[in-house]
Amino acid sequence: MKKKDLISITDYSKEDYLRILELAADFEKNPNQKLLEGKVVASLFFEPSTRTRLSFETAINRLGGRIIGFSDAGSSSVSKGETLHDTTRMVSNYVDLIVMRHPLEGSSRYAAEVADVPVINAGDGANQHPTQTLLDMYSILKTQGTLDNINIFMIGDLKYGRTVHSLLMAMSQFENPIFNFIAPDELAMPEEYKLFLKEKGIRYFEHSEINENINHAEIIYMTRVQKERFMDPIEYEKVKNVYILRNNMLANTKPNMRILHPLPRVNEIHPDVDSNEKAYYFEQARNGVFTRQAIIAHILNLK
Amino acid sequence: MPDSLKKKLKLKVSAINNGTVIDHIPSENLFKVISILGLQNVKTQITFGANFESEKLGSKAIIKLSDVFFEDDEINKISLIARNAKLNIIRDYEVVEKRVVEVPDKVIGIVKCFNPKCITNNEEITTYFNVISKNPLDLKCKYCEKITHEDQMVIK
Repeated sequence: MKKKDLISITDYSKEDYLRILELAADFEKNPNQKLLEGKVVASLFFEPSTRTRLSFETAINRLGGRIIGFSDAGSSSVSKGETLHDTTRMVSNYVDLIVMRHPLEGSSRYAAEVADVPVINAGDGANQHPTQTLLDMYSILKTQGTLDNINIFMIGDLKYGRTVHSLLMAMSQFENPIFNFIAPDELAMPEEYKLFLKEKGIRYFEHSEINENINHAEIIYMTRVQKERFMDPIEYEKVKNVYILRNNMLANTKPNMRILHPLPRVNEIHPDVDSNEKAYYFEQARNGVFTRQAIIAHILNLK
Repeated sequence: MPDSLKKKLKLKVSAINNGTVIDHIPSENLFKVISILGLQNVKTQITFGANFESEKLGSKAIIKLSDVFFEDDEINKISLIARNAKLNIIRDYEVVEKRVVEVPDKVIGIVKCFNPKCITNNEEITTYFNVISKNPLDLKCKYCEKITHEDQMVIK
């Protein structure tokens, strides 16, 4: 049987998404299921990412699996000049599954070709981070009860933010989504994604600031506007405070509206939002563990 | 003097008995075409020339290969750098078939991914692109998923 990997969100069909989300709900009800007993998983983090690594390692531990690996390239054979090819071939001999984070784009697709065991992409540079997208979808499903007819406002860095691009692609598989983009000109949603929506006949709107339009939202998806993305530091100074979500903006938003953020946040969500019941980003991170358990179970056919 | 004879007298590269003539190659890409097709390994007679006058290209190169015939897959590799190349298949000094090159659906090797952060530019990996547009050329990297546009294309 051909091994299953998870490299790019577009590798999976709507049926795969729904199957994983169903498993995630099951793991949320009953997180400790020893389905990985006797199995070894490699956690290869060629660049540090504490949140993602801990989330995966928690998921593996709750499934009763054992973990080998490293948390940054400096403490691995990479520091001696070993190629990704050789590291992957070697580790692939030892384990049942590889979870990989790497700063270069396309690295996990390549590793999946080289490895005999399944590979899960835990982020390859600015390219893909599919487990984040699945946990975002699980958070939407959990808070809205459906993935159809969802009005999503994406705010912040829509140009470089891989999470918003992947979420857009995934949510476009469901019925009647509406997308609203709020970003500075420098960080606007790239044309290719708008073209993709147009071709699929999916409605989208663009706004230059956060205003009462957000009262139509089911989901507000915030991302960080990073200073280093701007050619001109003055431009950054001009917009840095425009895309901050504050509690007083939320008064007339829908009761079921929830705010998501892939984290870490800097200042784009004011701390006064945290106590609002519509703030969902910390629960979202918690959902990551269940979703990753589900992805592992799906890929290894454990359930 | 009949035209055909005039034409033959004007030939600057000698005619071949059997084989393939690749015509209308941009002069500057002659050696890349030779390399992509691996002609350095051909043991039969090869003649080639560059900087011939061409109405279409201004300057063109031509390659004549004795007893060498190409499959479509093989010859289409050169379409990326010799878009207007024409093949004349020669049998017994006569052109028996003319073919044009076509841009293939997949480009394997040959082209570098434009993205410096792509794994293929950092480790010894054969590049692999799906052709998402043929004119102008847009190549989507299987690995980093970025699109290399025609004006960014660099031959490996």
